[in-house]
Amino acid sequence: MRADVRHSFPDLTMQPFSALSLLKRGLSGQRGWTAQWRSPEPKNAYDAIIIGGGGHGLGAAYYLASEHRLGSVAVLEKGWIGGGNTGRNTTIIRSNYLFDESAALYDHAVRLWEGLSQTLNYNVMFSQRGVLMLAHSVHDMQVSKRHVHANRAAGVDNEWLTPEEAQAFCPPLNIGDIRYPVLGAALQRRGGTARHDAVAWGYARAADALGVDIIENCAVTGIVRNADGSVAGVQTTRGPISARRVGVSAAGHSSVVMKMAGVELPLESYPLQALVSEPVKPVFPCVVMSNTIHAYISQSDKGELVIGAGTDAYTSYTQRGGLHISSHALEAVCELFPMFRRLRMLRNWGGIVDVTPDRSPIIARTPVPGLYVNCGWGTGGFKATPGAAHVFAWTIARDEPHPINAPFTLERFRDGNLIDEAAAAAVAH
Amino acid sequence: MVTADGLRDEHVLLIQCPYCGERPEPEFVYGGQAHIARPQQPAELTDQQWTDYLYRRDNTRGPHAERWRHTHGCGRFFNALRDTTTDHFLATYRLDESPPRAPGESAK
Ligand SMILES: Cc1cc2nc3c(=O)[nH]c(=O)nc-3n(C[C@H](O)[C@H](O)[C@H](O)COP(=O)(O)OP(=O)(O)OC[C@H]3O[C@@H](n4cnc5c(N)ncnc54)[C@H](O)[C@@H]3O)c2cc1C
Ligand SMILES: [Zn+2]
Repeated sequence: MRADVRHSFPDLTMQPFSALSLLKRGLSGQRGWTAQWRSPEPKNAYDAIIIGGGGHGLGAAYYLASEHRLGSVAVLEKGWIGGGNTGRNTTIIRSNYLFDESAALYDHAVRLWEGLSQTLNYNVMFSQRGVLMLAHSVHDMQVSKRHVHANRAAGVDNEWLTPEEAQAFCPPLNIGDIRYPVLGAALQRRGGTARHDAVAWGYARAADALGVDIIENCAVTGIVRNADGSVAGVQTTRGPISARRVGVSAAGHSSVVMKMAGVELPLESYPLQALVSEPVKPVFPCVVMSNTIHAYISQSDKGELVIGAGTDAYTSYTQRGGLHISSHALEAVCELFPMFRRLRMLRNWGGIVDVTPDRSPIIARTPVPGLYVNCGWGTGGFKATPGAAHVFAWTIARDEPHPINAPFTLERFRDGNLIDEAAAAAVAH
Repeated sequence: MVTADGLRDEHVLLIQCPYCGERPEPEFVYGGQAHIARPQQPAELTDQQWTDYLYRRDNTRGPHAERWRHTHGCGRFFNALRDTTTDHFLATYRLDESPPRAPGESAK
């Protein structure tokens, strides 16, 4: 299957973007743009319903309509699309995971990212500026080099840099005069960032053009089942809707939603935080991550430094997180990049991430016929958005997993087939 | 607004240790869902029961009974009832006590 298939947009109400259309609107004061997607009333029934209007849910709806030609599809979002972790994350994209199953899944996503703006006719601002992962101890170096070798054996790019090479790649990096000096770094050049909102909006617009109903302010409150146990539809704050197929893509709230159908998941939900600085001129060329002293950082196109902090120690649904967590990340950033010490922070926030025991996702059928789940992405699912959405749509449409997501079952915890990225990396983003 | 290096420890949750009183969160370590007893006869469990014991947690949205340890204080374990929608600690109690009822929860 080609990753860069371009779909035609039959719905003429949507204006395709082109250099010419941007120029014309620019010269006429940006007037005359129409809404990029409809805001329809929910119908009584759909062929498939996706619960959760993040990138993963909107993407799944798009691929259900475009690749699997499902007649009618709706995305139900309790708030606004992209208002969950999609719009709260630090947008790091990479595929240098340790195990073959993970590398295949995340690299499937990177390959789709590479053509996504073209596919969707929407600029998701995917920028392959490189992701540098620092090593600060002998243990770090051994783990990183193991990753580099495993990735190269699996056909995924990753290379080892000396401290001097790392500093040449990222000049602001302080490699010497710190408590945990930089001893080397792994670099994935195909990694980078994308614009989070644009991913949600791009999928929403393209899905809508193919007839998908995107219904915001519509919280699912129950999952209705037939006498034989299979899915009959959902209860929502905007009334009941029937569907034979329901896909759950609710991130931090996946356990809450799946309990509505009596399915218990091996998930715990934690707040994860990020913060941005005041905008400055372009000074930071790539993405840098340090798992050991825990900080990760990049610069947005607006000029803000985008800084990722850690999760709280305890489970929570508050979308906040403790201030000492982000403070700790800032200490690490100031140590690694002394030139940022005088910067002021503009905003900090949290999102609720759903963490599995092995830190790998679940993209699978469930014990309830017609009910599918894509969850457990924890602290690192933005990078997977197109890939996860693509194989999740396949799973829903065919009632069987795509070969890429076949290992990511719910039963792997019972059967002992963990994909233990938790043991492989202290942090995963 | 906070500056990059100007944060202070005062901006943290205060947790009531049953033995030492109110202390800042960084003195404590979270220990996960409380009242999960290790099965007496692991060999007699089904695979699913053992999986549930190892991996399944309630992940409650609302009042959650959980373990904490006052690691950088008295060092003792205790339990807490915390509302995971607000992070408000409703109560803390000793390990040998049963969880106090959450407000609004009916007697079963
Ligand atoms: C601070 C932070 C930084 C991160 N950094 C990175 C990073 O750098 N790189 C990376 O790869 N990943 C990162 N992640 C993780 C990443 O954001 C997520 O894994 C990913 O965005 C999940 O996408 P999603 O579409 O599944 O979830 P979401 O965007 O959260 O979408 C789920 C949607 O479901 C909706 N919903 C929930 N319950 C219901 C209901 N009952 N009815 C209807 N709708 C419902 C929610 O409102 C939400 O909009 C980060 C996360 C956070 C919080
Ligand atoms: Zn104490």
